[in-house]
Amino acid sequence: MANRLETAQIDIIERLPVPFGLVRFGVAPDHANLKRCVNTFSKTAQLKNVRFMGNITLGKDVTLKQLKEAYHVVLLTYGVDDSRKLDLKGSNLKNIFQAKDFVGWYNGVPWNKDLPVDLSDTTASIFGHGNVAIDIARLLLSPIDKLKSTDITEHSLATFAQSRIKQVHLIGRRGPLQVSFTTKELRELLNLPNCCPIWRPEDMQNVPEIVPKLVKPRKRLTELMVDKFQNRQTPKLDDKQLAMIFHRSPKEFTGSEKVESIKLQINRLEGDDLLDKKAVPTQQDETIATSLVVASIGYKSVQADGDIPFNSQLGVVENQYGKVGKGLYTAGWVAKGASGVLLHTMEHAFGVASVILKDLELEGLGQEKPGFDFVRKVLDERNVQVVTWEDWLKIDEFERNEGKKLNKPREKVVDIEQMLKIAAT
Amino acid sequence: MSLLSGVIRRSAPKLLKTFNIRPVTNGVPNLNKKEIEVTFVKHDGTRIKTKGKVGESFLDVVVNNDLSLEGYGACEGTLTCSTCHLVFKKEDFEQLPDRPEGEESDMLELARGVTDTSRLGCQVFLTENMDGIVVEVPESSNDARLQ
Repeated sequence: MANRLETAQIDIIERLPVPFGLVRFGVAPDHANLKRCVNTFSKTAQLKNVRFMGNITLGKDVTLKQLKEAYHVVLLTYGVDDSRKLDLKGSNLKNIFQAKDFVGWYNGVPWNKDLPVDLSDTTASIFGHGNVAIDIARLLLSPIDKLKSTDITEHSLATFAQSRIKQVHLIGRRGPLQVSFTTKELRELLNLPNCCPIWRPEDMQNVPEIVPKLVKPRKRLTELMVDKFQNRQTPKLDDKQLAMIFHRSPKEFTGSEKVESIKLQINRLEGDDLLDKKAVPTQQDETIATSLVVASIGYKSVQADGDIPFNSQLGVVENQYGKVGKGLYTAGWVAKGASGVLLHTMEHAFGVASVILKDLELEGLGQEKPGFDFVRKVLDERNVQVVTWEDWLKIDEFERNEGKKLNKPREKVVDIEQMLKIAAT
Repeated sequence: MSLLSGVIRRSAPKLLKTFNIRPVTNGVPNLNKKEIEVTFVKHDGTRIKTKGKVGESFLDVVVNNDLSLEGYGACEGTLTCSTCHLVFKKEDFEQLPDRPEGEESDMLELARGVTDTSRLGCQVFLTENMDGIVVEVPESSNDARLQ
């Protein structure tokens, strides 16, 4: 939009003092290549008519109403901030976490830095068959040397270095044909060195026969599973193990203080759509031992400001093709729900940008608007320290320098006060 | 949390330039290599005729010539984003020295509008016999209703 509307001033308003959202806080530390897209994003942030304004929280420091008074167009792209929770008997036992918090812990989300993760025992269970679940499984099963040179937070690296986790259960409520992860991520996980995937033959029954009927990309993903299943090996003595478990939902956690075991409900699948069958509970269950539980069963967004039309059931801002109302738009996960890789979110953003441009052409602008000058007044009254792009570059340099000392690309600052202090130098 | 707000200072938006995002080149320098002509056709029909050196990837050509293709090559040619998706003509595709496989296929399948003659631009390198080649850059929105 900055390039197509050269006369527009575009301000990116961010809750944290640092940019890049999910690329900084979601993408796994060992996926450095994907993080290269920050170079592309940085170029956009440094365009003449674009400004980054960090440390401003919508709904707290500034309201939607005030933003609409200040700007002709407001675009909500604040992502997802809440997750679907396991609310079961025993889910308040120690060492049971939401994936969002666990990921935030190793990726440096300020409010997750003190998460009491305990990896001193041997088994872990991850619920969910999506790419976040795979990230967590991979980090738990990776050799520590692979993590040392990434931008993983030092506090979590210390815990990973002491980890005694030997077996990870990757548990999904449905079957191999309904998984949500992507081929590349699964391939990477199944090919980890010194790690042996374990399959249960009953889960893979009839799956090879269905492959020819599938279309891409499901076909390739399923072929990969069938291939790994058919060529499965018995784990060597010092191998770590990845147990692929299907048709199971958590029912109950037990343990004295810390989680010790999970009762899994056994599901069967119902429905005509092969790839979108429903998991229906049977009367049977199964109990497995575990010393850590991470639930990665979906994210949803929150209503950041009372004036945002919000669908709390789906956890998204109400919108039609990105449009919320006059002058109000939304894009990314907060608009369409938390699924899809970077490419899909980028495509969605381009699509919404073209909707905005079209509307502007049709509707015109009306009266002049004061822009950030107005927001600045509101923030000054609340004594909010605004972090600009130049300020972020100071934090960036600090983090890179700290990283150098540890042979890492960066050591993230995980304390907001410290970020603000560096920004103010 | 981030939100993007825009204030437009003129009464009507003026559509001047297209997106102009520039990833870093990932190819080796080819100082004395032969130059050939390459044409990119965008989904709206716009044709961008440019030059590239033998040995460069199609992504390199986009980067080195500063072509305005939206978000093209965000991961800088490291096979992690599939934003450099290209569709080749059947006869050109058949002339390519290799077929997409392994990680390229894993990524390619996520791209929108993938065809039997699709490739990732970061994985296909210019050869002399490609002079005058025309490749299509598919639409970069995953929801046709948005267009």
